[in-house]
Amino acid sequence: MSTASLPTTLAETQQFLTRHERKDLLRFVTCGSVDDGKSTLIGRLLLAAGAVYEDQLAALYCDSAKHGTVGQAIDPALLVDGLEDERKQGITIDVAYRYFQTPKRKFIIADSPGHEQYTRNMATAASSAEAAIVLVDARKGMLAQTRRHSFIASLLGVRRLILAVNKMDLVDYQQLVFEQIRAEFQSFVQRLDVEEVHYLPLSGLQGDNVAERSDNTPWYQGPSLLHVLENVPLDRGESHGELRFPVQRVVRPSADFRGYSGTVVSGMVKPGDRVAVLPGGRQTRVRSLVTFDGELTRASASAAITLTLDDEIDVARGDTIVHADRPPQVGRRFDATLVWMSQQPLVPGKSYWFKQTTSRTTAEVEHLSYRIDVNTLNWVEASSLQLNEIGCCRIVLHAPIAYDAYRHNRRTGAFILVDRVTHETVAAGMILAPESDALAGNHWNVNLRSQQLQITPSRITSRQRRQRYGHAAATLLLTGLSGAGKTTLGFALEERLFDAGYSVTMLDGQNLRHGISRDLGFSAEERSENLRRAAEIARLLNDAGMICIAAFVAPEADVRRKAKQVIGQRRLLHVHLSASPEVCRDRDLSGRYQAAERGEIVNFPGVTAPYEPPTDADLVLPTDQWSAERCLEALHGWLLPRLAAMEGENDATTDALND
Amino acid sequence: MTAALAAAAPPAEVEPRTTHLRQLEAESIHIFRETAEAFEKPVLLYSIGKDSSVMLHLARKAFYPEKPPFPLLHIDSTWEFREMIAFRDKYVRKELGLEVIVHINDEGARAGVNPFDYSSRVYTDVMRTQPLKQALDMHGFDAALGGGRRDEERSRAKERIFSFRDQKHRWDPKNQRPELWDLYNTWVHRGESIRVFPLSNWTELDVWQYILLESIPIVPLYFAAPRPVVKRDGDWILVDDERMRLHEREQPDTRMVRFRTLGCYPVTGAVPSQADTVLGIVQELLTAHTSERQGRAIDRDEEAAMERKKREGYF
Ligand SMILES: Nc1nc2c(ncn2[C@@H]2O[C@H](COP(=O)(O)OP(=O)(O)O)[C@@H](O)[C@H]2O)c(=O)[nH]1
Repeated sequence: MSTASLPTTLAETQQFLTRHERKDLLRFVTCGSVDDGKSTLIGRLLLAAGAVYEDQLAALYCDSAKHGTVGQAIDPALLVDGLEDERKQGITIDVAYRYFQTPKRKFIIADSPGHEQYTRNMATAASSAEAAIVLVDARKGMLAQTRRHSFIASLLGVRRLILAVNKMDLVDYQQLVFEQIRAEFQSFVQRLDVEEVHYLPLSGLQGDNVAERSDNTPWYQGPSLLHVLENVPLDRGESHGELRFPVQRVVRPSADFRGYSGTVVSGMVKPGDRVAVLPGGRQTRVRSLVTFDGELTRASASAAITLTLDDEIDVARGDTIVHADRPPQVGRRFDATLVWMSQQPLVPGKSYWFKQTTSRTTAEVEHLSYRIDVNTLNWVEASSLQLNEIGCCRIVLHAPIAYDAYRHNRRTGAFILVDRVTHETVAAGMILAPESDALAGNHWNVNLRSQQLQITPSRITSRQRRQRYGHAAATLLLTGLSGAGKTTLGFALEERLFDAGYSVTMLDGQNLRHGISRDLGFSAEERSENLRRAAEIARLLNDAGMICIAAFVAPEADVRRKAKQVIGQRRLLHVHLSASPEVCRDRDLSGRYQAAERGEIVNFPGVTAPYEPPTDADLVLPTDQWSAERCLEALHGWLLPRLAAMEGENDATTDALND
Repeated sequence: MTAALAAAAPPAEVEPRTTHLRQLEAESIHIFRETAEAFEKPVLLYSIGKDSSVMLHLARKAFYPEKPPFPLLHIDSTWEFREMIAFRDKYVRKELGLEVIVHINDEGARAGVNPFDYSSRVYTDVMRTQPLKQALDMHGFDAALGGGRRDEERSRAKERIFSFRDQKHRWDPKNQRPELWDLYNTWVHRGESIRVFPLSNWTELDVWQYILLESIPIVPLYFAAPRPVVKRDGDWILVDDERMRLHEREQPDTRMVRFRTLGCYPVTGAVPSQADTVLGIVQELLTAHTSERQGRAIDRDEEAAMERKKREGYF
């Protein structure tokens, strides 16, 4: 078909290239059971598109005589069956990639084998595909594998299926046969997450309806296979989605250039955009988009670029740059679907290497919820996964990552697990959702769930409360490393104030974890969430007129700042207990520092996680130099006049709800 | 206020999807960057051919404004075309200022292994495969970037982009790591390595179109010019230097020829051609209908030759 349109002059060649340059790219996967005729059909497509060279054709004639399974002159299947052993056995056993083009489009075929045990290859082939051709032998109709392959394709995010009813020549091109298979597939496919299904009656061997509509099927009014492939809409989702830019490399050729190389995996970025660097959360603006070919004014999905930022903030490989107002999830725990790819079964609790976008950490499968029977699509209880099984599980990471659900973003929602000893890729994972809302990371800036929510103010003013209790409401935030003395000092102060007639209560970070924060761990974002909840409680206590002493490690400056905003700057006093990590470690009786140093406790601020000492505290107590009594005296003496000063403040400005 | 303004703005224009060539380019750049980050000591296998030229160009793009953070390695069989060596030294070393490690199998050279007296299998093994392994071991490279494409040859169609090699540099087609999305498994133990093929998804036409589009310098042997050649077993062989052994009654003849692929001159066939520009080459490519490896004598010696060579460690 393409021979007629081949260029014969340089000018025509130039035109050809100009057209060729503008082509887009469709990646599709082909799947079917053994002997459904997949290789034959692909060979036929390659021949039809003129993607076969003369010497390959010559070799094909020679091979057809040797290995061919058809008594004819040429067996198109031999064009695509690649490896020596497989060829001798006459079967395809791995994923192979083929290339061809038509005047409209360029195609990459991921050819996946039909063996029952090769779910893993099918998943591999489907991972990068936008469409799938599912083959059915017209004589056999839909098989268990047809369902399995369609399911795996949809699971891996392939939204467009083409059901190719093949070998129509062997059923005398009967419409009834085709319609029956079509009806059966139609009722099945409703259970899958797909957008579009095409049904075609074909003969790969004879070429019916492959490149052109066939006279043998006058009852079929639809397009040929090639026509369908040329017109399948391409996924635009990724470039219209939200900006996700996983940092691949930090570029520092000289002191005055610092850039971050990577590929925009979704969305669009421009200089001036306000961005956040996750999982840390620091914000800045994009300064420029640097490439070898000059600076860009914008870049969208699939562009490989280098970003420079306005501020010199700390950015590392594995971080994700996003628009500050459209963040993904950030966290260490989420639910995911796993396709198990190893002979060694999944071991819950075992540590695996984890790779997602450009980030790499370790992961455990905390527990398996269920396994999916790929033939019935039913959920089955399971405690492990074997080779080629698919299940849903809870994943817990060592360090937090930024991610989206795979349904929404195939790039930031995908991961692999790798065995730490054999280095085998043991699983492909697709993130479903964060474990629970509580862990969705950044709740500080979450918008209200509903626009209809109203605030009904209390009729009791804060002045009335002050008069009742005899003092102003305030929150005293005690921060410092584990072992700095926060809890000791906090409870001592609580007692002292209480005895003096104050309405006071103590919020202790550890204690909260037994109740309202019992679902939280110790990652940076879970610590952050714990403090956010404490800040909200402190605010309620203050609104109720009470004094609140809050003792928290609060390792990150950014999180402390946010907590202050929740409570209200005017009624918050921040006291920093400045004992050094060395002293805290020596004083520590609980053995936590040693455990952290041995690596048993991860994310331990000051040892295995960063601690940013405050520079803006209202009072600093050197708890490593002073005795506990002296600290208490100093704190008490410092606090009272400040509380007294708050009493005099104007009611209107201290009204909690306007704070 | 800003929200209201944004809502009133016309809907964003539909982004045209990036063309296939830009997608391939971006994919390759991504692969180069992953390699540089994930491995301790990567190397770029540089054969001086057109695919190597494209590789080099992509590497320069990937790391800009830095230089590629790895050296180039050229396995010199000692029977390279002279123009290849000149290109390597003048353009890559001098003009681009890149480090090129040149490795020769001295033992083979001393033993006088040459493409005339030895079968292509022995010759390739001694002067290409062995020295490649030697050089990789000697420098302790844990990743080697090569210009192989899946469309070159049937057995390559199943090759991974990150292809694992054991401590003896062997490839096991039955035991490959599954490769999902662009999440490449780059983990290796000491002594093991990965061959990385950033051009896996490119076709020959893509390579030429890219060379044209980006004005990438290539060795002039690709362009047709009058050259002294002799005809052997159906191939035009260039008489490149005085080491060429002419048979009795063989007379070099000056003809317009060019090379579709570059290797050792005594076993690399030229094709008669008038194409002296990239455009001309593309035109020939579109009409010629002969796959590019045909000019390489070593490929034809038996069925599945390539697959066997790969298992043994040849690229
Ligand atoms: N009659 C007929 N035979 C076919 C057709 N397609 C494939 N075959 C035959 O079915 C057998 C299996 O085909 P092949 O392409 O190797 O199947 P694969 O295992 O799915 O790749 C071979 O003998 C083919 O010649 C078809 O459309 N009609």
